[in-house]
Amino acid sequence: MSDRLQKCFAACKAQGRAALVTYLMGGDPSLDESEALTRACLESGADILELGMPFSDPIADGPVIQAAAERSLKAGTSLAQVLELAARLRKRSDAPIALMGYLNPVLSMGEGKFFEACEKAKVDAVIIPDLPPEEAGAFCAAAKKHGVATVFMLAPTSTPARVAAVRAAASGFIYYVTVTGVTGARRTMAQDAVENLKALRAGSPCPVVAGFGISSGEQARELGQHADGVVVGSALVARAAAPEPLSARVAAVSALVKDLRAGLAPR
Amino acid sequence: MLPDTRGHYGDFGGRFVPETLVPALDELEAAYAAVKGDASFTAELDALLKDFVGRPTPLTVARRLGGDGARVLMKREDLCHTGAHKINNTLGQALLAKRMGKQRIIAETGAGQHGVATATACALLGFPCEVFMGALDVERQALNVFRMELLGAKVHPVTSGSKTLKDAMNEAIRHWVTNVRDTHYIIGSVAGPHPYPMLVRDFQAVIGREARAQALAAHGRLPDAVVACVGGGSNAMGIFSGFFGDPSVRLIAVEAGGHGLDSGAHGASLARGRVGVLHGARSYVLQTPEGQIAEAHSISAGLDYPGVGPELSYWKEQGRLELRQATDAQALEALQALAREEGIIPALESAHAVYVARQVARELGKGALVLVNVSGRGDKDVDSVRRALAQGGKT
Repeated sequence: MSDRLQKCFAACKAQGRAALVTYLMGGDPSLDESEALTRACLESGADILELGMPFSDPIADGPVIQAAAERSLKAGTSLAQVLELAARLRKRSDAPIALMGYLNPVLSMGEGKFFEACEKAKVDAVIIPDLPPEEAGAFCAAAKKHGVATVFMLAPTSTPARVAAVRAAASGFIYYVTVTGVTGARRTMAQDAVENLKALRAGSPCPVVAGFGISSGEQARELGQHADGVVVGSALVARAAAPEPLSARVAAVSALVKDLRAGLAPR
Repeated sequence: MLPDTRGHYGDFGGRFVPETLVPALDELEAAYAAVKGDASFTAELDALLKDFVGRPTPLTVARRLGGDGARVLMKREDLCHTGAHKINNTLGQALLAKRMGKQRIIAETGAGQHGVATATACALLGFPCEVFMGALDVERQALNVFRMELLGAKVHPVTSGSKTLKDAMNEAIRHWVTNVRDTHYIIGSVAGPHPYPMLVRDFQAVIGREARAQALAAHGRLPDAVVACVGGGSNAMGIFSGFFGDPSVRLIAVEAGGHGLDSGAHGASLARGRVGVLHGARSYVLQTPEGQIAEAHSISAGLDYPGVGPELSYWKEQGRLELRQATDAQALEALQALAREEGIIPALESAHAVYVARQVARELGKGALVLVNVSGRGDKDVDSVRRALAQGGKT
């Protein structure tokens, strides 16, 4: 695990709370604006940044992040530019950065070249929802060579054999998808999330973060008690893309991040 | 025997999907392995193919299509119940879903033929059915939308991306991720994550088995060439699979040339794609230099797809396939020719294969035998053909 990720989870644990992981799409609606919005997350209390790499056919995403990818691609965002954006963010902060996106653009760039660029940009981890560990041999080898963690996902449907396969391949953290579904805010939490998280954390080789469907401080508090981190994506992306001037969107993103952080504060 | 245990065809295939779906694919693979050796399943499916679909479909000798050249044999999948080969697979998968105890069925569709075939299998076997279809295709294939509704299915127009087959498949996958526990997803092509390319190939292999036996029985020999159109590749894999073991038989895959390969507006993934990952499998994919999926183009909704089944990519790599294309205009021309000269209005998809079959018959000359898969009938296309011809054949 990268030093930054390790330190971050340790620091949050010392404070008796889960880490707050915020997701925004790189280049949505432009590179400059997404940089400003991501910095707002950092300044308002995000612990770990997830930066989306846009893809034309995001099969694990709901409408909000689909639209974000479309806006980013329409603005001409390339994978290389998202990597540059990560490098710029790194210059201002030591917060861990995880890139999240789909496999094809990474394959198109070449796994070696991609992870070399990740290392150069000081990206800590990569999350590819359409890459299960069984297909990830070469991918993980390239990541390891460049010191980048490979995060894999587990879901409510995962069998014990799948849990074992993911544990063997994962580094950095494991991403538990709390719902059977795509990304997007939901009003209620899955009933089995707490139980599943408890089982997954017991015996996990690395921290377990919970994501998908979390949109408020209240939900973050509920799940944060049972996870090493919580991820919030669509709710932030929706605020980042509201039809308002940038300053208002930055304020809205900041306000939500503060609410989420407050939700995670130990009581 | 392909694929290997992890669903790979050489470097192609595999399983590139969100984790939520992996256990469902494992379950499907196990269920299929169980029925494969189960005589009662085979008997039930064979009886449906005979009494409900109308199999075996005839092998018709074309009277004029070959001109002075080779004799052309037409495998008449257009005579299947619902008008295309798609029903072979949907009945197989729906029976499998029943054995798995699934409660509902979803599907994606391009031209609407697979949607209609799925809705039909669901009506027959008593499944609720929902079909995802690109909004552009809903417009192009209004008749098939109504047909699905008559059969009791609910059609969801998909408005994301290019609003065609690839987006319908994205949306069906998303829906499946959400409802995976009680829902079976009937993929209509030899695409998608393992075990789908194998499953669909096996259910469509009846086309090739029949055609091979029919050619031998009626003509005393194997064809010199087998011609089929390729979008995702289900009808092609169906008929080709009967002849992979016959090295003397040329296998000719006809992709959508659209406005021409150099126009950039086509569906020729095998000829012009790069290896990538789309819809759960590694295969040839039409994509930008940045690895974004490109929009395909074809006059026929069924060939308007930027990917192709992984096994076809493998056979291309092995040098077993010959790749050709027919443009929109050539498909229109072939559709009219088959109508006038043979009394058969083929689907626009199949018309691509017919165009090349005619070409190959002339190249091979007298004494040769060419087999073409007429994968579907053209009723669904009559409106769009009329529009295209009224515009002077422009698409």
